[in-house]
Amino acid sequence: MNAGSAAVAVPMVRAERVRKSFGQHVALREVSLTVAPGEVTCLIGPSGSGKTTFLRCINHLERISGGRLEVDGELVGYREHRGRIRELRPRDIARKRREIGMVFQRFNLFPHLTALENIIEAPVRVHAERRSEATRRGRALLARVGLADRADAYPAELSGGQQQRVAIARALAMRPKLMLFDEPTSALDPELVGEVLEIMRQLATEGMTMIVVTHELGFAREAADTVVFMDAGTVVEVGPPATLLTAPAHERTRAFLSKVL
Amino acid sequence: MATAGIGVGVDVDAVPLRHPGRWAAGVVILVFAAMGVHSLATNPNFQWGTVGDYLFAEPVLRGMWATVYLTVIAMAIGVVGGIGLAILRMSPNPVVAGAAWLYIWFFRGTPLLVQILFWSFIGALYPRLSLGIPFGPSFVSGDANHVVPLFAAAVLGLGLNEAAYMAEIVRAGINGVDAGQTEAASALGMPRALTLRRIVLPQAMRTIIPPTGNETISMLKTTSLVSVISYNELLNATRLIYARNFQTVPLLIVAALWYLALTSVLTAGQHQLERRFARGILPRVGERR
Ligand SMILES: Nc1ncnc2c1ncn2[C@@H]1O[C@H](COP(=O)(O)OP(=O)(O)OP(=O)(O)O)[C@@H](O)[C@H]1O
Ligand SMILES: [Mg+2]
Repeated sequence: MNAGSAAVAVPMVRAERVRKSFGQHVALREVSLTVAPGEVTCLIGPSGSGKTTFLRCINHLERISGGRLEVDGELVGYREHRGRIRELRPRDIARKRREIGMVFQRFNLFPHLTALENIIEAPVRVHAERRSEATRRGRALLARVGLADRADAYPAELSGGQQQRVAIARALAMRPKLMLFDEPTSALDPELVGEVLEIMRQLATEGMTMIVVTHELGFAREAADTVVFMDAGTVVEVGPPATLLTAPAHERTRAFLSKVL
Repeated sequence: MATAGIGVGVDVDAVPLRHPGRWAAGVVILVFAAMGVHSLATNPNFQWGTVGDYLFAEPVLRGMWATVYLTVIAMAIGVVGGIGLAILRMSPNPVVAGAAWLYIWFFRGTPLLVQILFWSFIGALYPRLSLGIPFGPSFVSGDANHVVPLFAAAVLGLGLNEAAYMAEIVRAGINGVDAGQTEAASALGMPRALTLRRIVLPQAMRTIIPPTGNETISMLKTTSLVSVISYNELLNATRLIYARNFQTVPLLIVAALWYLALTSVLTAGQHQLERRFARGILPRVGERR
């Protein structure tokens, strides 16, 4: 949204020739990408192109094999000390992750906790927020995702769409400055996709910085500032949705879009 | 309707399948059971009168409670130790994980009876035990035979061995929890220990509890091994009596009846516990695949 000021502001995410391999298999070849604060970026691409892997590198669930990756001006998983790069302690990595929310394809709610307990668990346990305060905020977040009346429901008692909305609320409870979504609607029945996308659209208008891996091109067209097309571990093309989705510059992008649409 | 029988609201009018095999087996088993009961009732060597005399005798009851007590303490050590070992075993630190592996390897690789004997003879191995800074001054020290009395030897022998087995059960339970749970917790910035305690272990409990029930039942019977070091539990209590009055068979029956009664109580409790933990696990709705 404020792509114009990206040159002066510190980028929220800055990836420079990021590489990632699993043994022999190279999942990310050279991924370079900049995401400005407040920007909504959609990652699209064929299966196995490295979208999930890139997302997981951003919050260090996956350790990069090469290149440089910064979130809000700081290295991910490492620190620089006298010109040398040193690995962070697990405790410090955990602290950094609190600033980055993540929403998974399979929701990954904690099944033994109610919707509200899922949301307040991390604020109470890792931010040492007062239980009463966390509960108040948790209820407000549930209301925001349209589930004010399901606070005491266990995940198994919720529909997929409701579970995913709780998962979004859970991530927001940590007051992240960046939200990562990995195909948040692809495990949902078609009629439940809309309610989740609606919440995300709302979040985008409120100025949250978001990176969304998705196959919902309609969402990308409406809500994204930037669309990134990835293939075989590389970024093939980056551009505003209007150009990239309708008049792509690259043959591979065109081939992919013609298959998806 | 041309076809007979099956239709909505109509009883099926069919000849039920006969099970001649079941009847034959039933008859054979009944004959054997009758022979068994007859022998139990008429063979005077069982001496049921003596069994009745000793079933609730004071030393037997004391031995029975000692067995219960030993089971509880040994299982407590086993469960706590097992959880600890399982966590160490999965530590990212290879030295720590290796040490836990070594412990499990040793305690599962040697007979429990040998371990119990070792603990009772620890006094011969280390005549003086002391607690203090390694190679430095010691704060408490004493004669090992006093520091490790019979009860401690019995409980250490049973508990430390059980911990090795429980560790594998706990590990299997933890590994059974979906990796997405740990990832979700990590993504929220929860540290490893907190994730384990608040997210993973509570979910692992469901798979840990049934085998732990089996272990407890098995432990109850295994406590009889410590009679070899003369710890006065149920079996030893009856042995002391028949050593005096030579009524070996009736007293062994007394012991067996008590073991049966205790394991039956535990089995009933286990069923209740499993029923409780099976509740509330509904299938996930609104989700594809
Ligand atoms: N933990 C892993 N170990 C080995 N290979 C992996 C691992 N994770 C991903 N890969 C491989 O890396 C490549 C990129 O996978 P990734 O999951 O990032 O693709 P994706 O673009 O998210 O695909 P999809 O649209 O199917 O989710 C794939 O070839 C995959 O097999
Ligand atoms: Mg993926």
